[in-house]
Amino acid sequence: MDPVISVRDLWKVFGPNASQVVASDELKSLSRQELMDRTGAVAAVRGVDFDVAPGEMFVVMGLSGSGKSTLVRCLTRLVEPTAGTIMFEGENILEADAKRLRDLRRNKFSMVFQHFGLLPHRTVADNVGYGLEIRGVPRAKRGERSQEVIDLVGLTGNEKSYPDQLSGGMQQRVGLARALAGDPDVLFFDEPFSALDPLIRRDMQSEVIRLHREVGKTMVFITHDLSEALKLGDRILIMRDGQVVQVGTGDELVGAPADDYVRDFVKDVPRSNVLTLKWIMRPPRPDDELDGPELGPETVVREAVRSVLSADKPVKVVQDGELLGVVADEEILGVVAGEA
Amino acid sequence: MVAVPAPRQVPLFFDRYKRLVIVGGIVLAWLVLWLVFRNFGTLPLDASELTPLHRWVNSVNDAIGASRNSNPVFLYFFNEIRLVIDEFVTFIQALIAQPSFGRPVPMIGWLGVVGIAGFVSLAVAGWRVALLAIAGFVFLGLQGLWQESMDTLSLTLAAVVISLLIGIPLGIWAGLSDRANRVLTPVLDFMQTMPTFVYLAPLTLFFLIGPASATIATLIYAAPPAIRITAHAIRSVPRTTVEASESLGATRQQTLVKVLLPSSRKTIVLGINQTIMAALSMVTIAALIDAPGLGKTVVKALQTLDVGTAFNAGLAIVVLAIVLDRVTTAATERRSLPRWALFSGLGVTGVSVYFSYTYLWAAEFPTDVEIGSSIRQGATAVTEWVQDSLPVITGGFKDFVTFALINPLQALLAESPWFLVALVIVALSFMIGGLKSAVVSAVCLGLLVATGLWQDSMITLASTLVATIMVMVLGVVVGVWMGRSRRADRAIRPILDAAQVMPAFVYLVPFLALFAASRFTAIIAAVVFAAPVAIKIIADGVRAVSPATVEASTALGSSSWQTIVKVQLPMARGALTLAANQGLIYVLSMVVVGGLVGAGALGYDVVAGFSQGQLYGKGLAAGVAIVVLGVMLDRLTQAAAKRWTN
Amino acid sequence: MARHNVLGTVSAGLVALVVLAGCGGAKVGDTSSGAAGDCGTFNLAINPWVGYEANAAVLAYVAEKELKCKVTKKELKEEVAWQGFGTGEVDAVVENWGHDDLRKKYIDEQKTAVSAGSTGVKGQIGWYVPPWLAKEHPDILDWNNLNKYADQFKTSESGDKGQLLDGDPSFVTNDEALVKNLNLNYKVVYGGSETALIQAFRQAEKDKKWVIGYFYSPQWLLNEIKLAKVKLPEYKAGCDADAEKVACDYPDYDLDKIVSKKFADANGPAFQLVKNFKWTNEDQNTVAKYIAEDKMKPEDAAKKWAEANADKVKAWLAKA
Repeated sequence: MDPVISVRDLWKVFGPNASQVVASDELKSLSRQELMDRTGAVAAVRGVDFDVAPGEMFVVMGLSGSGKSTLVRCLTRLVEPTAGTIMFEGENILEADAKRLRDLRRNKFSMVFQHFGLLPHRTVADNVGYGLEIRGVPRAKRGERSQEVIDLVGLTGNEKSYPDQLSGGMQQRVGLARALAGDPDVLFFDEPFSALDPLIRRDMQSEVIRLHREVGKTMVFITHDLSEALKLGDRILIMRDGQVVQVGTGDELVGAPADDYVRDFVKDVPRSNVLTLKWIMRPPRPDDELDGPELGPETVVREAVRSVLSADKPVKVVQDGELLGVVADEEILGVVAGEA
Repeated sequence: MVAVPAPRQVPLFFDRYKRLVIVGGIVLAWLVLWLVFRNFGTLPLDASELTPLHRWVNSVNDAIGASRNSNPVFLYFFNEIRLVIDEFVTFIQALIAQPSFGRPVPMIGWLGVVGIAGFVSLAVAGWRVALLAIAGFVFLGLQGLWQESMDTLSLTLAAVVISLLIGIPLGIWAGLSDRANRVLTPVLDFMQTMPTFVYLAPLTLFFLIGPASATIATLIYAAPPAIRITAHAIRSVPRTTVEASESLGATRQQTLVKVLLPSSRKTIVLGINQTIMAALSMVTIAALIDAPGLGKTVVKALQTLDVGTAFNAGLAIVVLAIVLDRVTTAATERRSLPRWALFSGLGVTGVSVYFSYTYLWAAEFPTDVEIGSSIRQGATAVTEWVQDSLPVITGGFKDFVTFALINPLQALLAESPWFLVALVIVALSFMIGGLKSAVVSAVCLGLLVATGLWQDSMITLASTLVATIMVMVLGVVVGVWMGRSRRADRAIRPILDAAQVMPAFVYLVPFLALFAASRFTAIIAAVVFAAPVAIKIIADGVRAVSPATVEASTALGSSSWQTIVKVQLPMARGALTLAANQGLIYVLSMVVVGGLVGAGALGYDVVAGFSQGQLYGKGLAAGVAIVVLGVMLDRLTQAAAKRWTN
Repeated sequence: MARHNVLGTVSAGLVALVVLAGCGGAKVGDTSSGAAGDCGTFNLAINPWVGYEANAAVLAYVAEKELKCKVTKKELKEEVAWQGFGTGEVDAVVENWGHDDLRKKYIDEQKTAVSAGSTGVKGQIGWYVPPWLAKEHPDILDWNNLNKYADQFKTSESGDKGQLLDGDPSFVTNDEALVKNLNLNYKVVYGGSETALIQAFRQAEKDKKWVIGYFYSPQWLLNEIKLAKVKLPEYKAGCDADAEKVACDYPDYDLDKIVSKKFADANGPAFQLVKNFKWTNEDQNTVAKYIAEDKMKPEDAAKKWAEANADKVKAWLAKA
């Protein structure tokens, strides 16, 4: 399947002479600090490549200052990229003129913000309908559609409230509803839950998972929280100093970290929750009895613990009838003990 | 970790200590050199002496005056502006203040005006404020000043409306564009610090004597807050909110109209409030070019030192200010009134307007009930008592401050050679704000020399500094008290509001009796005007200190005194520096009023320039010198604030 | 709901009150206002001192009552008023104290103003002391003895010299030159307003304080406190030609009237009245006293005087 979004060699440099920086291979190869010292420019995004598949939940993860928020803003040109291409459904949006860009924003993608960005002088319903209003959708139709998404995000009954009368979690539901109201193809989330309490954050994460399942939209989700990334992401992109460090599924990151930075990062992740059997299996040894129970390679370790420990023979990891390897007590205990 | 440059860690204590030593060294060197060079190179200029620059300004002024009937710019530009504004003011006056359309009374009489004031307040500010507005307006009538008040209200409304028509678009522009902001800021500084007296007479040359000139004089002073606050409001709309709108595909115009303006509404209303207050503070000065209304009553009463009458009119200005302030402040809150209340309010207002159009009793405020004469007599009695019984104490106080504070400071500033003072100020600026501050100060000092009024500037500077010190002492004492006690706050705040709006002319007479014509009198007048601002800022700052911190301090066993000195004041230092900055600016805006009661120097130069044609150029130069002093002190206190709060 | 009730009661009550009250009373327009006569509009500048106000009040009263003019009073400082001649907004200034600079500018150069003759009032500028001082130390009234008393006049503003309180900013003063050229041990301190001067003299008389200052006559205060004038070296024509070297008293002023050129050329009844207007220091002092001390309205003060002096008023009109 063709990717919905395809980003190639994307650069964003702030400060003087930004375009000269990206034109010079020598300057591009400098580290951030060196570039800063030499030219006074700050490279927030440096040569980023990635693809997002239709319907995918794609997470971009990094610490503050890693350039992830700038990256997501570049995707919708809220921040103008300095160089590179961003193909969206086959169209390079860096070439779109102002009008085309507005069309795209109105119809194709929308965004949910960390600090909600609600309009304090408008009711919930009017906030949700704002995107439709600026498209020129008539009032009656706007009201109908707003109500639909309000119901969808669980805000029913709060239509007439003002944002400052709602809790943080409820406000972000308004932000979510506003983004959904225009029925976009892609939703961008810029750390939408980091300003919320932990409990509410968990609810909202589940809410996003539910919505992703129900509406099936492509989503690009920015976070600095690894557990959030692992919980939500089909695939995760890890950024550092404006560059991509690694892209992969959660178990790939935990099982095969690209470098020490990622390794350090995933160190404290409860591995049994993330790793699957394919990461811990070993080739069968001659003394292994190969008539034990069978499990698939994508089975999460935690779910396999009971079966493996209760069997008196190693568990076979089998895919399409082919024996990939075996998992015995010591492999399982190695993972579980590492967490203790 | 992310490779962000580590914040440069400065060994603060050592740095501060060294800095103090250097500053001390500079001041010491100054003292020694002062002893050596005293009274050399002080660039004095006698009261009637002029420089070539002053004469040149005079000739330009004369040339403009002589050509005003033939110059097309006058005929087709200024005249048109004047006509529009005159029409506008006259129209409002015809509605509520002056006999009009062949009627012996205005279109809408007192009952109608009270009704409209009540209804508008009800609609935007709720019923409590509506009652206050009705009571306030009826009070104006009872004072026997109905027509004067309505004239003042007409002029104020006209000036405010025009200020907003100009100010809000400019404010939006400055809010959206950094470049516009950079261009506008110094212009606004200039408009707000340039003494009105300087442009009062030329205005009548451009726009003739009458409502237009008075309105324009008022709006030059009143529009800047509207512009500044609108720009600030637009700038403080959260970035995310704007991004959210853009991310949904809004055009710039849509974002402006649907997001930026509505989100800044509250703050912009605050700007309107400030504009109204500024306009009201011009009422008495505008009376000097025949602006109708309460200002005339004040100015006239002072010719015969009739404090009672002046106070009565001043009180009417205060009442107008309080009503307009409360209405606009309450208008920032979101509220929705039930429909029936609005409609019945509208009905009552309609009826009262009709009656006031038709019946004499509702058109002219009845003269048989009045309290104006009691107010006049009361104020006169109090003034007489004060003048008779207090001068013994106040005279001693004046002498003490004059000899201990004003004279030494003035001797140091005005009797040192100009280059020595300039060098010291530039060096101190460098210590406070680095190279940039030093350059700003150097340019300002150069301009002061160029005005030909160096010594006068130094005398004014000395008085300004003394006044600011007194403002800060009062500000800290009363501000901390108000910040710690809700009850004190509630009791004192209205007095502060009144002190800010009451025309200075009213209290100058008793002050003259207490302190005679002297620099000290001028300083006290400035303190009365500037202290309320500083007190309010400090009170708010002290109150904003987190209660948790105060609690923690109390829990550790601090006494009240320790809590104030070691916790509340240091944590409110942002407010303290802001108070010092605003205090200075407010003190400077009273320099000219000070000139009327014995301050001499720049203040007198401006007053004399307004009164005598041949001194006009000198007055203008003195006005510029005041602005330059203001800019220099403002930038310096801001730099100091930055250093201190970081 | 409680709030609704309050509001409802208030508005219902208001309606009832208004309806009840509205049923009676005189209607607007029952009495009609008088129309202006053939004199037209007469724009009279009012400079800010009481003596001027007295002149203006009487002139306005006569113009309105006898000539049926529509008099518009404009309260302006001197310079602004003279500017008004050119723009046609001011027809007359009816008490002018010298002001050679303004004469030069507006009469000689811009030719927008002309003199309309003397008001008959004599103006005097000089140095004055409170009556108690003149009584206890009569020799102080001679400038030669001023240095003897310099110490007594010391204030916080004058340092180690005596204070000479100056500075109604509207008037030209030679005082700094005088002090220097007469070798007086005094310092000129600028009070900055007439108010400051009056307040200083009032207190000086009441508390027997030492004050010497610049003042002038006629001035309403002199009705209340008989300030005594200090004798300076006698004025001789031309002795004040060089402002730096002045060492003589101020000249006596013949206070006059200035009118706009247009107003004079039109030669209407109001101009005739202004031209013929002439009275004495006593007349002006009487009216000024009514206004300043008896707190009468200027109109009433003028009426009172005009009715008592019908012959003088008639003389102004006779030639018209």
